[in-house]
Amino acid sequence: MKKYPVETSLSYPKLGAMGKTGSWRVFKPILDKKKCVKCLRCWIFCPEGSIRREKDDSVNIDYDFCKGCGVCANECNVKAIIMEREEAKKK
Amino acid sequence: MTVMMDTGNRIAAKAAVMAKPEVVAAYPITPQTTLVEAIAEYVARGEYTGEYICVESEHSAMCACIGASAAGSRTFTATSSHGLLLMHEMLHWAALARLPVVMCNINRVIGPGWNIWVDENDSISQRDTGWIQFYCSSNQEIFDTVIQAFKLAEHEKVVLPVMVNLNAFILSHTSMPAEIPDQHVVDEYLGKYVPKWKLDIDNPTTFGNIIGPVHYYKVRRAMQDAQLNAKKLIPQIAKEWSKLSGYFHGDLLEYYKCDGAEHILLSMGAIGAESKIAIDELQKAGQKIGLARVRVIRPFPTEEIIKLGKQADLVVIDRNISVGLEGALFTEVKAALYGESDAKATGFIAGLGGKDVTYKDIETMCRKSMKGKAKEQEWYGVEE
Repeated sequence: MKKYPVETSLSYPKLGAMGKTGSWRVFKPILDKKKCVKCLRCWIFCPEGSIRREKDDSVNIDYDFCKGCGVCANECNVKAIIMEREEAKKK
Repeated sequence: MTVMMDTGNRIAAKAAVMAKPEVVAAYPITPQTTLVEAIAEYVARGEYTGEYICVESEHSAMCACIGASAAGSRTFTATSSHGLLLMHEMLHWAALARLPVVMCNINRVIGPGWNIWVDENDSISQRDTGWIQFYCSSNQEIFDTVIQAFKLAEHEKVVLPVMVNLNAFILSHTSMPAEIPDQHVVDEYLGKYVPKWKLDIDNPTTFGNIIGPVHYYKVRRAMQDAQLNAKKLIPQIAKEWSKLSGYFHGDLLEYYKCDGAEHILLSMGAIGAESKIAIDELQKAGQKIGLARVRVIRPFPTEEIIKLGKQADLVVIDRNISVGLEGALFTEVKAALYGESDAKATGFIAGLGGKDVTYKDIETMCRKSMKGKAKEQEWYGVEE
């Protein structure tokens, strides 16, 4: 861990500084790659940067940080993303 | 070296400009106005080349200082009374953010009723914000303390904001001579400001974000540690400055004729200066009383007060009142003595609302206390 010069409300950027926020999700976006046309509207609109853009412009969803807001599903012009309720976690 | 014959405010402005802050942000309020006007004159003459920001309120003044300090600049501001109170939220902010802002506060009464004279309730009510607080008793001390305030605030073991208090009119608007060292002396003493942390695009940080209980707890403890470090450093910093300037006004306290004293008077600010005359008079009359003028109340000089309590009974004069209890210095002096000394302590409230407190008044309070005729807590000079 990086040493802080003084003890105050300072933090350095790193992946998942606030933990895996994907655990907050109630609805999960499911991408149908057959329907996807790689337009990247979901990548532009995702407020959390949870759409991973691959080298060939295909997309994957980072479920570690996706909070399930559904913006991507709403914006997708070809209806390639649907929202499914997360299954209740088994105790 | 030159001698400057001027008011406390203008001498404070001189010190501030000589410390070369990169940013000054200020909003005028009586009786601080002539201080920031003096800095504006330095700007107009091209003698101060930093950024001088005229803001729309004291809250904004402190916010501008916080922003500038977070960006790595040496910063200065000044205020008084209601202006200080309007800053209250941001005072906490500057201290918790560990930003070494230096500020002069001209102690003035809080309204209503509207009154521009001196008492110390404004700064006393900011004791818990984490700021280090000095109280000056002469214009020379104002100059020397403002310079030392930058050194202390920016010290790597402190990194906290510092408030230098001077009493309204008695100091702010009274001309007294002060020796001003050459610029290179101040430059060498303060050195270049190296911020302990700053917002830096080459080393990005998130600042002021949410932090949970575990970390917040540590932030508070680190502030306390920094204040305790300041307590050790204040005497050292004062001594270093005295070697360069020839002036030493005491460290946490200034002791005056305390040898062999069976009573010791504790007072602050301008009453602290007036107290010296009272002590001279009382000693001439054969009374065994000395003075310990409190220069710093945060960090509080607990160990020094205990030492005094082991030597003598204590008389405390407060130009403030924590309504519902007593004078703040009196409370804190007694708290320091708890379990450490059987010294008797009597506390006087005096000079609220700018009521004059002369050396004769101080003598009267001391005599009453020494004769054992004072109640534990008394109001002095209330005209019924």
